Amino acid sequence: MSKTYFTQDHEWIRVEGDTATVGITNYAQEQLGDLVFVELPEAGKVVKTGDTAVVVESVKAASDVYAPVDGEIVEANAALSSDPALVNSAPAGDGWLWKMKLADTSQLDGLLDAAAYEKLIA
Amino acid sequence: MTDDGLKSLPLEDLHKSAGARFGAFAGWSMPLTYPPGVLKEHLHTRQHAGLFDISHMKLFEIEGPDAGRLLETACPLDTSALSRGQSKYTLLLNADAGIIDDLIVTRLGDHRFMVVANAGNADKDGARLKALAAGLNAAVTPLDRVFLAIQGPDAADIVARSGIDAAGLTFMTGFEPQPGWFMTRSGYTGEDGFEIAVPLSDAADLAERLLADDRLMWIGLAARDSLRLEAGLCLHGNDITEETDPVEAALVWAIPKSLREGGRFEGASAFSAALDKGPAQRRVGLKPDGRQPVRGGATLTDEAGNPVGRVTSGGFGPSAGHPVAIGYVSTSLASAGTRIFADVRGTKVPVDVHSLPFTPHRYRKG
Repeated sequence: MSKTYFTQDHEWIRVEGDTATVGITNYAQEQLGDLVFVELPEAGKVVKTGDTAVVVESVKAASDVYAPVDGEIVEANAALSSDPALVNSAPAGDGWLWKMKLADTSQLDGLLDAAAYEKLIA
Repeated sequence: MTDDGLKSLPLEDLHKSAGARFGAFAGWSMPLTYPPGVLKEHLHTRQHAGLFDISHMKLFEIEGPDAGRLLETACPLDTSALSRGQSKYTLLLNADAGIIDDLIVTRLGDHRFMVVANAGNADKDGARLKALAAGLNAAVTPLDRVFLAIQGPDAADIVARSGIDAAGLTFMTGFEPQPGWFMTRSGYTGEDGFEIAVPLSDAADLAERLLADDRLMWIGLAARDSLRLEAGLCLHGNDITEETDPVEAALVWAIPKSLREGGRFEGASAFSAALDKGPAQRRVGLKPDGRQPVRGGATLTDEAGNPVGRVTSGGFGPSAGHPVAIGYVSTSLASAGTRIFADVRGTKVPVDVHSLPFTPHRYRKG
């Protein structure tokens, strides 16, 4: 059973046990426009909340995607190296950015649920 | 005016109903993208045609017996070489030959010219032209116009079908199709196309007539930037500034040979001195190796990490199919094919000096 959380920075975090998959929301990809490059992290990289984990590049600009919680990156979405536009076409699916092992699951309590996130972007 | 103190385009409602996403540029609230998005907009322009609202750019009419003289004082320009209807890319220089702005000047009559200036420099340009006009018999009049660009291989056919007879125009020529209108065959995408300035009262109707053709769609400022970058054209404020002179900017071609060793234009002696001395750095095209874009502001280094220049504009070139950039490098490294490196967030990205443009110009030269 997984649960999905959201951040004020327009990321989603799908949690199963102590691991999570992270991506950006549909709203975020619409704001960014067509992505042409995603700078992916190395597996094993340890991140703190607010650290830049990934940089997504549109035709026009580079934008940071932050780690929503503390943890260790266990996998980056290698498919994005050849097809960064997956983030545009399937932001909540095949366009996921990275998977991480959570350092402290209690940090999830500070994140938004789907209803609160919908309210944020309304 | 918007809440942010930005100026709104006269046709803003039209852009809103077309679904534009707006952003700030040079004090204006500009359509950055429309629903198709920057990639599709860019490719559509190169494949068919795009309509751009460039009303943020400023037109100045220069009129009077000394109109030519005024322009020859402000710019390295030989107006006697400009026949009626002919346009010329030129530069507004300061006393140090720094580039205040780049302009297109078109002769409309014996004593009448049209100047097209960049949005961000319009006030400065107007003030400078007026100051230089002191003591001369020439009036500098800023015009309020809606200014549209139609760019792409289908542009000429679309314009003809809309009822405008511009068949006689070739690249860098212009005319006044009717009172208050001004039209040139030019643009800033590397494609064939036109720029048309019309009074506000005619604007919405013109846009509607043009857009009746399915091959034409609105294109935002984001694609305008990627198109001009692939075409190797300078963005003033990024690739050329008051701190760069035409020699290092590789724009000597824009200056008539007869004026290169001296002229009456502002900055003439500084320019000749810079030309004699040769530039320490030079503007070049840059092709990053791989897919990662290299943006304006990135430092360029040699293999050993010594700084050798900087990137002034960069992004992804949808038609080129790879990242593209423009920047300045030490003259010794300015030849095409030279391998240097860009510092992107601490990573050394290999970059090759590349000839400009990245995508061939397809102007209709007649």
